[in-house]
Amino acid sequence: MSAPVLDGAGAAATAPARFVAHVMGTAVSLALRGRHTGDGAARDAWAAVVADLRRADALFSPWRANSLVSRIGRGELAPADAGPEMAEVLAIGAAAARGSGGAFTLHPRGRFDPCGVVKGWAVERACTHLRALDDTGWCLAAGGDLQARAADDGEPWRIGIEDPAATGRIVATVPVVDGAVATSGSAHRGAHVVDGRTGATPSGIAQVSVLDASLTRADVDATAAFALGEDGVEWLAHRAGRTALVVRSDGAALTVRGPDPADG
Amino acid sequence: MVSPVRRIVVAVMATLSAVTLLFGYRTSTSGPDTTAAAASTARSPGTTSTTGGTTGGTAAASGTGATTVTGDAAQTRYGPVQVQVSVSGGRITAVDVVQYPDTSGKDQRINSQAIPQLVDETISAQSSRIDMVSGATYTSEGYVTSLQSALDRAGLPS
Repeated sequence: MSAPVLDGAGAAATAPARFVAHVMGTAVSLALRGRHTGDGAARDAWAAVVADLRRADALFSPWRANSLVSRIGRGELAPADAGPEMAEVLAIGAAAARGSGGAFTLHPRGRFDPCGVVKGWAVERACTHLRALDDTGWCLAAGGDLQARAADDGEPWRIGIEDPAATGRIVATVPVVDGAVATSGSAHRGAHVVDGRTGATPSGIAQVSVLDASLTRADVDATAAFALGEDGVEWLAHRAGRTALVVRSDGAALTVRGPDPADG
Repeated sequence: MVSPVRRIVVAVMATLSAVTLLFGYRTSTSGPDTTAAAASTARSPGTTSTTGGTTGGTAAASGTGATTVTGDAAQTRYGPVQVQVSVSGGRITAVDVVQYPDTSGKDQRINSQAIPQLVDETISAQSSRIDMVSGATYTSEGYVTSLQSALDRAGLPS
């Protein structure tokens, strides 16, 4: 059993079992609590998650010469002929571009690059393998974006939202029972998100974190809101079912709550 | 970089067809300090009631005396939310959420839209128990020195 850690507040918390793999150019971390944490079912689920993500990387990485994305980029493959998964990713990206007035784009810097969609989408899909673990809470994170579910009657996952100005510190915590948190910002990779309307690096906003039931939506919205720069806050306030934490460039932090999702 | 924190400024409530909330906080130069003691700010005798308008805006802060204004409780799907603004010398000195939907327990189980709780900057991740980190995307190299990596190492069998 692993020792309890990071528990300075003295809360009676169970340290989760953890797994790490490097996929998609980043680290993927899984935490498990409950019935299946280190048994064969847990290890099989983790292996299936990693296999899913490796496959998504093989299909969508712009850094792999044989990926669908690279082949489309070279004009060797029409997007329409690139299979159902590409169709799904393109549809998500197109909807995000429409919904953000073009700030979100599948063609940052003029090149076809669906990275803004793929990570959240792939991680959410891979969670299918974790949902199959009974009486088990799980939290799957990839490079700062995560989808989580607490076990029935289990404690919520406590998510720390990182301070963009001081890596290693957190600006907020949020308990997640069943949902996703995605963060977009300039902290680690420099300016890799551009405003699709202008091609410029967004300004005014240091970081956007979005909570939603779905990591696909949270990830796309975080990227879109960050790309919108100063307009992102107002935009987020109209996104149904989302809650966001926005850290401005001057350090101010805002919580933005969109309208409730439509019932049903 | 690291500046003393104080939660402050702006609270805006927009009551649209559904409720939209914007809680504002800002770092302040007014000194090091403590947690934003949410519920501890006493309501002053001069409490007045104000209904939130639509978006945007800083709460009006004119006049020079110290006053505390408590907004009407806004009904949200998850319970009432009420914000109190303290104004002194024409400046907003504090915003406190005096009523807040309970983000624990049963309601929370059906609520994937919990509200992030700002933490005091003087509190490190080590003293605020967290399971996982959400932050701007890092690479595999960047991960090595990340907070997430520290959490993972702590839980992995060595």
